[in-house]
Amino acid sequence: MKLIFEKGAPGQHLSLMPPCDVPEVELSHPRRSPLDLPHVSETELTRHYTALAKRVHGVNDGFYPLGSCTMKYNPKINEDMAALPGFSQIHPLQPEETVQGCLEVLHEAGKLLGEITGMDAMTFQPAAGAHGEFTGLLLIKAYHVHRGDTARTKIIVPDSAHGTNPASAVMAGFTVVNIPSSPDGCVDVEALRGAVGPDTAGLMLTNPNTVGIFDKNILEITRIVHEAGGLCYYDGANLNAVMGVVRPGDMGFDVIHLNLHKTFSTPHGGGGPGSGAVGCKDFLRCFLPGPVVKKDEAGYHLVKPEHSIGRVKDFYGNFTVVVKALTYILTLGREGIPDAAKNAVLNANYMMKRLGEKYAMAYAGPCMHEFVMTLQDLKDETGCSAMDIAKGLLDHGIHPPTMYFPLIVHEALMVEPTETESQETMDEVCEVFLSLWDLAHTNPQALHDAPTKTPVRRLDEVGAARNPVLRYTKE
Amino acid sequence: MNFPAELKYTKDHEWLKAIDETTALVGITDFAQSELGDLVFINLPQEGDEVTADESFCDVESVKAVSDVMSPCTGVIAEVNTELEDEPQLLNEDPYGAWIAKVKDISAYGELMTADEYEALVQK
Repeated sequence: MKLIFEKGAPGQHLSLMPPCDVPEVELSHPRRSPLDLPHVSETELTRHYTALAKRVHGVNDGFYPLGSCTMKYNPKINEDMAALPGFSQIHPLQPEETVQGCLEVLHEAGKLLGEITGMDAMTFQPAAGAHGEFTGLLLIKAYHVHRGDTARTKIIVPDSAHGTNPASAVMAGFTVVNIPSSPDGCVDVEALRGAVGPDTAGLMLTNPNTVGIFDKNILEITRIVHEAGGLCYYDGANLNAVMGVVRPGDMGFDVIHLNLHKTFSTPHGGGGPGSGAVGCKDFLRCFLPGPVVKKDEAGYHLVKPEHSIGRVKDFYGNFTVVVKALTYILTLGREGIPDAAKNAVLNANYMMKRLGEKYAMAYAGPCMHEFVMTLQDLKDETGCSAMDIAKGLLDHGIHPPTMYFPLIVHEALMVEPTETESQETMDEVCEVFLSLWDLAHTNPQALHDAPTKTPVRRLDEVGAARNPVLRYTKE
Repeated sequence: MNFPAELKYTKDHEWLKAIDETTALVGITDFAQSELGDLVFINLPQEGDEVTADESFCDVESVKAVSDVMSPCTGVIAEVNTELEDEPQLLNEDPYGAWIAKVKDISAYGELMTADEYEALVQK
């Protein structure tokens, strides 16, 4: 497929750009060569992007059970609200009094998300989840440093954690201490007790954890960390299982990030853009990135918290994403939010039960919003790996589950159907999964050859990682 | 799968080849490289780094995951195999030839196994 730069011819153009309504000026440093922009007609431009759109798979195309990513349906009313002129035809430097509605959105969204999570304050600056982790860790750091407790340099992370957790901790200047999981996939409480000390800055945890299990020891876990003088960070990636049912703030967490693009139905994948809102308890409020929205009798104002860690993104984050998330919360309401979580858990258990006819589950018992299968036995018996099954799914128009994660499970496939899939869809998908299991036994080569119906077949991932070509150069 | 008899092994799938009483070469085993798959990046330690037995001293990255490499001994990095920086695939092609680091001033060892013991562990 040709790139947009390789299409068209000089002289072709389109009329999408409005006429210039400001005086032209000479640049102080003029370009030495003209900008290399595509010369295409509007017809060609439209066809180009439509062709690209046909080659991708999104949640609007089909089933997308990417575990830990919560690829739920994004209601279209969210887009309608975000497109309202009062939200879209504005400038970030406009005077406060002319964007009171926008500030109210940020204030309300913060209040409602705080109620859902048990947090007292919220910032919407971080652009996505890992950015939120980084911001949250800076809050923890600021808290210790502000108290003069500079010996707290270590962040404890279980070995089942999302890879972003240790990476964010290192980015924030901490040393990572890994602790093993117990055989049931939960935190090994004794290992945690042995790991905490006067150098503990905090613990990063997701609950339910990455194997889809709610850690029943959570209150003891957060107490151990607090008694050692550390703070507890909640990775909100798996909040969809428990939103409106149980609150991280009540579990003992001090800081949390939310992925509005997962849990709160804003677009996800392909650049989103995302929103990694960070919430905290009252005692950390003064360290939040500024500005935050404050309400008084005169209206809404932007203020900088007293000991702010500074900005982590320009202006107010991805504002219209917050509008979409607020729309979702208001649409579902106090009863709809926990209902969504309960249906997400129900759907995951339904699929786990059906696939359990043939596939081996990594952990026994009911799951939360996602479950992990281990295909090690299948691989030993048939030579077909988790990768082969995933590639086989592509030929059926299904996006594969998360593969080879969590790392503590061999040949892992992690399935998260979300609450927005019907029983009929899940039945069809289960039939496909079960038929691929049979195919692995009867014709393993067919799975090694998959996919055959996609625009590209197996990509050279190793070649791409060893010799990445990151810049387009015109021949 | 290959388990050279002259090497010592850890449960975390590293090997150690003694050069003299306090110096040794360390690397990852054939089993480790086959489990990890094609390696695409290695984050090498630096000369002079102090390493501790059973603690991470290096990490390797495959298309699947990033994994810590644990040190089989406590000592000081004398030399690193910088060839691996450009050619991490050497770890896949020749895991026992592609040593990661030479450790000197070794003062302690972690729990090490013979080739037979390690083979038994891997077969389990």
